[in-house]
Amino acid sequence: MNFILIAVIVLGAIALIAAIVLFAASKKFAVYEDPRIAQVSELLPGANCGGCGFPGCSGMADALVKGADAGSLDGLMCPVGGAETMGKVADLLGMAIANTEPMVAVVRCNGTCEHRAKIAEYSGLRSCAAMHACGAGETACGFGCLGCGDCVAACQFGAISLNPETGIPEVDEEKCTSCGACVKACPRNIIELRKKGPKGRRVFVSCVNKDKGPVAMKACAVSCIGCGKCEKECNFGAITVENNLAYIDHQKCRLCRKCVTVCPKHAIVDVNFPTPAPAPKPKEPKKEEEAKA
Amino acid sequence: MSKLIVSLSPHAHSRDSVERNMYGVIIALMPALLASFYFFGLGSVIVTTTSVAACCFFEWAICKYILKRQQNTLLDGSAVITGLLLAFNLPSNLPIWIILIGALFAIGVAKFTFGGLGNNIFNPALVGRAALLVAFPAQMTTWPKIGQWDTYLDAETGATPLSIINSAIRTGDASLLEQLPSSFDLFLGSSSGGAGAMGEICSLALLLGLAFMLYNRIITWHIPVSILGTAFVFSGLLHLASPVYPDPISVLLTGGMMLGAIFMATDYVTSPMTPKGQLIYGVAIGFLTVVIRNWGAYPEGMSFAILIMNAFTPLINNYVKPKRFGEVVK
Amino acid sequence: MGGIHPAENKLTHEVPTKVAALPKQAIFPLGQHIGAPAKPVVQKGDKVKVGTMIAEAGGFVSAPIFSSVSGTVFKIDTAIDATGYRKPVIIINVEGDEWEESIDRSDKLELVADHPELTPEEIIKRVQNAGVVGMGGACFPTFIKLTPPPTAKAECVIINAVECEPYITADYRLMMEHADEILVGLELLMMGAKVTKGYIGIETNKPAAIELLTEKCHQKFNGSQYQVEVVPLQQRYPQGGEKQLVDAVINRQVPAPPAIPVNVGAIVQNVGTAFAVYEAVMKNKPLFERYTTVTGKKLQNPGNFLVRMGTPMKDLIDACGGMPEGDNKLLAGGPMMGKALTSVEVPICKGTNSVTIISDDEARRKDAQPCIRCAKCVGVCPMGLEPYLLAKLSEVKNWERAESEDITSCIECGSCQYTCPAYRPLLDNIRQGKSTVMGIIRARAAAKK
Repeated sequence: MNFILIAVIVLGAIALIAAIVLFAASKKFAVYEDPRIAQVSELLPGANCGGCGFPGCSGMADALVKGADAGSLDGLMCPVGGAETMGKVADLLGMAIANTEPMVAVVRCNGTCEHRAKIAEYSGLRSCAAMHACGAGETACGFGCLGCGDCVAACQFGAISLNPETGIPEVDEEKCTSCGACVKACPRNIIELRKKGPKGRRVFVSCVNKDKGPVAMKACAVSCIGCGKCEKECNFGAITVENNLAYIDHQKCRLCRKCVTVCPKHAIVDVNFPTPAPAPKPKEPKKEEEAKA
Repeated sequence: MSKLIVSLSPHAHSRDSVERNMYGVIIALMPALLASFYFFGLGSVIVTTTSVAACCFFEWAICKYILKRQQNTLLDGSAVITGLLLAFNLPSNLPIWIILIGALFAIGVAKFTFGGLGNNIFNPALVGRAALLVAFPAQMTTWPKIGQWDTYLDAETGATPLSIINSAIRTGDASLLEQLPSSFDLFLGSSSGGAGAMGEICSLALLLGLAFMLYNRIITWHIPVSILGTAFVFSGLLHLASPVYPDPISVLLTGGMMLGAIFMATDYVTSPMTPKGQLIYGVAIGFLTVVIRNWGAYPEGMSFAILIMNAFTPLINNYVKPKRFGEVVK
Repeated sequence: MGGIHPAENKLTHEVPTKVAALPKQAIFPLGQHIGAPAKPVVQKGDKVKVGTMIAEAGGFVSAPIFSSVSGTVFKIDTAIDATGYRKPVIIINVEGDEWEESIDRSDKLELVADHPELTPEEIIKRVQNAGVVGMGGACFPTFIKLTPPPTAKAECVIINAVECEPYITADYRLMMEHADEILVGLELLMMGAKVTKGYIGIETNKPAAIELLTEKCHQKFNGSQYQVEVVPLQQRYPQGGEKQLVDAVINRQVPAPPAIPVNVGAIVQNVGTAFAVYEAVMKNKPLFERYTTVTGKKLQNPGNFLVRMGTPMKDLIDACGGMPEGDNKLLAGGPMMGKALTSVEVPICKGTNSVTIISDDEARRKDAQPCIRCAKCVGVCPMGLEPYLLAKLSEVKNWERAESEDITSCIECGSCQYTCPAYRPLLDNIRQGKSTVMGIIRARAAAKK
C-alpha cells in the first residue's frame, strides 16, 4: 500500500506546484484582448479572402473594433458578407453604416476567338501576367483578355471559369462575392466590380481598348472604337468617352439600353434582361448591318 | 506568312532533358549490371529483370489508374533506375515475390505517396531495400557467392567481406581480418569465395559509371568525393587507433560504399541543391556509414546513412545557401 | 561562378557590314531608352533632315531623339514597338537623303589632341545633347553613367566588348572595322569620367579583335597618361552583364541592388556606345545610326548592317532573303535575352543590337515536366541564387520569402531556364515574382516617406 501512497503524494504535489505556476503565469502574462474582436470575427464569413484589404477576417475584425472606437466604420467593408454582415457588425458595435449595394465582378472583354483573330502564338508559361509582360499577347489587341485564367486561379469561391469555346472567363453571379481578388489578379485591369443591379440587370461596355478607332477595329470585331454614339444617346450623362474608350458609370445608368442598340460594334452589353434591347430608330439597325457586313 | 511565335526570354535551350539525364544514369549503371551478370549468372538476370519490370509496371499503373495523370512518367527512365538500383542491393537468390514487394514499396510507398518524380523525400530504391531488410531479415542477409552461373534460388551462400569485418570488430580479434580478400580482388570483384549484393561486387564497374556521369555532367563530383573521402579519413584514423578496424582501402571497396556514394546518394531528388549542401550531406553520409558499420547491429551502414541524410536534405536546403554574387563576406 | 556555354551560332562573324537601304517610312518610338519618354518637338507636315532633333529629352533620365532620314513628318501616332505594345511614335516619310550641315560626314579620324576645347564637362554635354544611350540593349542614357552620384567615385572605364549572346556579331564587326574610332571614344569616356584607367573586355572567341585592339591600344596609349588594357576573357554567358563583366575584369563584385557598378569604381560602356560617343563628340553626329546583326539559321543571307534607326525590321529581313517559311520567332536582341515580337514592322531602335530569327523546333518551348531537383539551375546562376526555389516561391506567391531569398538580385539572364532539363519556365516565374517583390519594396519605401 505504501508505494501507492507515495505515488499519490508525489503526483499530487507535482499537480499542485504546476497549478500554482500556471496560475501565476496566467496572471503575470495576461494580454487583454477586446472581447468584441472575437464577437465580430464570429460574424464575419471566415473565408480569409483578403477582399477587405486585411490579411484575414481577424485583421478585419480588429480594424472594425478600432474603427468603432474611433467613431467611424468608413472604408471598412466586407465584400463577401456584404451589407447584411456589415449591418450585423454595426449593430454589435453600436454604429450606423451606410447601406452598400451588392456588387459583382464583370469581365469587360468580349474578344473571343471568333471576334479577335490571333496574329501570333504564345509559347510559354500559361499565366496572364507572364503573357502580359511578353507583349500584346496572341492577338493585335494590347488591352484585351489574355485568357490564361489568372483570375480563375485567384478566385477562392470558384465563381470564375474560362469558357473553353470563347477563351474568356465567365463570372458565376451566384457564387461571386465581389471580394475583388480577380480584379487584382488581372494584369490588364479588365475585370471591374460593378453594381449588381436590380434582378442582376446590368449594362456595361465590354471592352477596355484605348487604341484609336481604326486600330481597335482591326484588332477585334467587337472593340469599342470611341465613336461617341452611345455618349450622345444617353439621356442621363452616364456615358463618357475618354482615350477612345466609352465607360458607363454604373451609379448613373438607368438601364434604358439605348446605348446597347446604337453601338455599331456591339461593344456595349446588357445582361439578365428578359427582352432584347429596344430599337430606337428604324434607320440605325440597317447601318449596323452594313457596318457589320 | 505563318504566325510568329512569342514567349519571354530565354529563347534558347541547352536541349538537355530529364530523359537524357536518366538514360545517362542507366548507361552508367551498365558496367555494374554486366559485372553482376558475370559474377552471379542466372540469378542476377532473373532478379534484375523482375525488379526493373516490376518498378516500371507500378510506375505506369499508379500514374494511369490511381493518380489518373495525363503525362505518364514511365518513359522518363526514373523507374528503370529505381528498378536497377533496387536489384543491385539485393542478393541474387531472392525469390520473385519478395522482389515484387520491394518494388511496390520503392515505387508505391517511397515515390508516389509523395507525388511522384521530384517530390519524394527518400531514395525509392533504398526504401524498398530497407523495407525488405526489416520484413525478410533472413533472406536479405544471406548472400550468394560469386561465380555461380546457373543457380538461382539454390545458390550457395557465403560470408561477405563486411560480415568478416563485423565479426572482427565484435570479437575484437584482428586476425579475422586476414580472411579478407586482397584490395585488388575487392576492386575487381573477382575474389574467390567473395559474396555480396549484386551491384556492389565490382568497384571498377561502378567507378566507370562515375566517370561517365561526371564526363557527361549528369552529376557533380561533390557528393561521391565527399562521401568516399570522409569514409576513407575516418576509417583510416580508426585503423591507426586499433588494428581491429579494417584498413580504409577495404572499407571503401567493400559492401555498398561505392554503389551508394556513386549512384544512391547522388540521386537528384533526395540530395541537397547547393554544392556546399552537397558537401555537408556527403561528409555526414561517409561518417554515419563508418559509424553504423563499426558499432551498429548491421554489417552494412550505407543505405541507412543515406536514408538518414535524405531526411536532413530539406533542412540543409533551407539553411545552406549558395554565396550570393556581391555578398559581403563577413 | 555560374554561367553557361550556349552554342555560339555567330553566323555573321566574317560578314562585312553593309549599309542598309533607306526605308520608305521611318518610325521613331518616343520611349527607346530607360527613363521618361522623349517629347516631340516636330509637328505633322514639318520638314526634317538627317540629324534633326525630333523629340527632346522628357526629363533628367531621358534622351533626345534625332531623325535618321530626311523628309516630312507624316504623323505622330502610335505603333507597336519592341515592347509588343502600341506606344507613341513619330512617323516620317522619307524624301531624299539630306543631312544637317553641322554633321561632319568625312572619314577623317579626329584625335583628342587636335581638340583643345574638350573638357570633361564639354564631352558630357555633347554626349547628352546627341542622345547617346547604352547601345548594348539596356539603353541607359550615357551622360548619367559618366556623372556618378557623389557617394561613388569612378576609377576606371570598362568597355564591354564581350558580346556573349549567341548569334550577335554587330559589336565584333564594329571593332574590326572601326577600332581607331572606338579607342578615341574610350579616351573621351575616360576624360569625361575623369579617370585614367581603361579596360576592354573581349571574350576569347574573338581572337582577331583581341589582337587588333591590343596592338592599336599599344600604339595609341603607350606613353600617354592613360593606361588601357585589353582583357581577354574566358567564354561564358552572361559575361556581358555589367556586374559579371566588372567581376571578370577588375575582380570586384557589385553588391546587391540598388548598388551599381560605379559603387565599386567601374563605369561600363558598350563598344557601340564608345563609337557613338566618338561620333557625337568629334563629328557632331547625334545618335541615329547603329550596327545591327540580322541573323537566323534559316535566313538566306544573314548579315551585319549599318542601319538608320526607325527602319522597320521587315526591310532588313527582306534584305537578307526574307522571312523563312514555317514557324518563326522574331527577336529584337539575341536568343538569351531578346524580346519576341509579334510584328515585323517594329523599327530598329537605339538598343536593337540584333534581329534574330529562330525557326522551327527551336521557336517553340517544350512542355514543362516536374522538377527533378537536379540543381543544375543553382549551378549555373551567375548571381548565386536558387532559381528552382525562387520560381516555386513566385508560383505560390510567397513574396516575403522570395524577397529574403534575394529574388531582386536576379539579372534575368535566363541561364537557369536554358539549362533546365525539365524545360521548366523558371525565368517566366521568377520575373513575375521579381516585379511583384520590387513593387512591394517600392510601396514600402513610399509608405515610409
